[in-house]
Amino acid sequence: MSSHEAWIREPLVLGDKSYHDISNDIAKPIEGKANKQWWIVFTISLIAMLWGVGCILYTIGVGIGTWGLNKTVGWAWDITNFVWWVGIGHAGTLISAVLLLFRQKWRMAINRSAEAMTIFAVICAALFPGIHMGRIWMAYWVLPLPNQFGSLWVNFNSPLLWDVFAISTYFSVSLVFWYIGLIPDFATIRDRAARAAKPISHAVYAIMSFGWSGNARAWHRFEEISLVLAGLATPLVLSVHTIVSMDFATSVIPGWHTTIFPPYFVAGAIFSGFAMVQTLMLVMRKVVNLEEYITLNHVELMNKIIMLTGSIVGVAYITELFMSWYSGVEYEQYAFLNRASGPYWWAYWAMMSCNVISPQVFWSKKLRRNITFTFILSIVVNIGMWFERFVIIVTSLHRDYLPSSWIMFYPSWVDIGIFIGTLGIFFTFFLLYARTFPVLPIAEVKSILKSTGSQYKK
Amino acid sequence: MSTKEIHGLFGDEEVLKASAKALVKKGVHIKDVFSPFPIHGIDPIIGVPPTRLHIAGFIYGLVGMSLALFMFWFTLILDWPMNIGGKPNFDLIHNLPAFIPVTFEMTVFCAAHGMAVTYFIRNTIYPGKKNWNPDLRTTDDKFLIQIDLGENSLSGAEIEAILKETGAEEITQK
Repeated sequence: MSSHEAWIREPLVLGDKSYHDISNDIAKPIEGKANKQWWIVFTISLIAMLWGVGCILYTIGVGIGTWGLNKTVGWAWDITNFVWWVGIGHAGTLISAVLLLFRQKWRMAINRSAEAMTIFAVICAALFPGIHMGRIWMAYWVLPLPNQFGSLWVNFNSPLLWDVFAISTYFSVSLVFWYIGLIPDFATIRDRAARAAKPISHAVYAIMSFGWSGNARAWHRFEEISLVLAGLATPLVLSVHTIVSMDFATSVIPGWHTTIFPPYFVAGAIFSGFAMVQTLMLVMRKVVNLEEYITLNHVELMNKIIMLTGSIVGVAYITELFMSWYSGVEYEQYAFLNRASGPYWWAYWAMMSCNVISPQVFWSKKLRRNITFTFILSIVVNIGMWFERFVIIVTSLHRDYLPSSWIMFYPSWVDIGIFIGTLGIFFTFFLLYARTFPVLPIAEVKSILKSTGSQYKK
Repeated sequence: MSTKEIHGLFGDEEVLKASAKALVKKGVHIKDVFSPFPIHGIDPIIGVPPTRLHIAGFIYGLVGMSLALFMFWFTLILDWPMNIGGKPNFDLIHNLPAFIPVTFEMTVFCAAHGMAVTYFIRNTIYPGKKNWNPDLRTTDDKFLIQIDLGENSLSGAEIEAILKETGAEEITQK
């Protein structure tokens, strides 16, 4: 068969797969029954989620005085979590949109799950600014509604409002992009259910597949809309974290007021997003037997991106340090000295070692292709990225211009509970997704089989 | 729809493409092709015109951008100008830099969602729609050529012969 790819490249689909094998392998977790491990992990996630919901309800009922915030540190744990989750939510669209534009076929093994992860992470992220409003029933005030609802129109000069538009656009466009890709695969599951005479799952997937039939015109439009949506989502994904960084960069707080923030935040987001993809994929490929689709080659390619973006983040940290010294502004200089040697020194050095030093080990090919090591490092990176946001937010705020308002921030049990709750929400959704949705794009994997499948490359 | 149809089922997209080419060469009009994934190069053979979805997307984007600019002008310039950190609030142009991010987001929002809706309408797919692929295996590993006998001057037997010759695995008439 004709091959469009260099022979020296490693195959992306291993084993002697036929089109039917691909349908079988990917539909198996949906058609089979969940095993014991799935139920254990699901129960733990569900409990964490319910605990988080309880903490959120307690916050809404009593007020945000239940959090560890104080007069000086008005943003802390919640916004750290917000930025962390939004950052994780960046890998999905990056993989599906940017890598589509760059014609990277290996994205097809991971894009579906990475996009699912994006959607769930953005849901977790959006929770935090919502509940931080204190009076969540007034949340509709962020919409541009006429004067009767408040005293004024919303302020379009404010980066916080830009964020409302950015996050909601990102969430809804990612959802639509993801779903359009899912429709043909739901059709595959639907027709399999019809042939296996399973009326209930046939009825469910018939609705979810919108009656997709796979005719030539529909596929033609499918390819067009995928490409144009990828073109739209690419600047979108860069704009979202740019705007998140502007929440900080447009203020006059030392340590925040810097023009390096947009690229630095975007690189950090991709870095943490890919780390979370690794964490999830390494477990998933094992549990649902997809090691022939998510191969060591895929793991290595993702590790290369982690190394690259980790290095960009490292350069940004060092540039920040240099600029604070070079600026000659004593407040800036103090802010960075305080980060590295003040009372939160441990958070700063946790961030530095997890984000700057640890990804450099991926220069070694042996470690890039080591599953256990990659898994541990992906978690280390996400811990590091959480600390990055904590360092930026808390250490800049806790030393005010007035030494009389200097204070420490400690999270309350409600703060911690809500964070655990969002982890629960994320994993609960992801586990449900892994049992009901095709975790790999069936149609797209079939379309690359002949150019990159191992039996065709022999 | 009551006219007779011939369905030729194939196990490989390249074989189907060659068969479609042979059929068209003999003057057969192919109604549609069903496949589990997009077959590259099939559209010109069976005469699928290039989609104009991207043009629609561009127009939706322009609408989104205009909508955003109108919203800023109406709310913050005309209806209730606000002095925010001394930023110019007397006309749109001078305050524009602060409005760029939301303008961009609104453009993308309208372009993406407008296109998605158009895509669903043009493909006539929606929740509750019944699938019309003639063979259920076409969403798995089979490829199908659908020929409407009413649209063709060749007889069913002649078309079947071409299909068989070019490698169809199964041929059904109904």
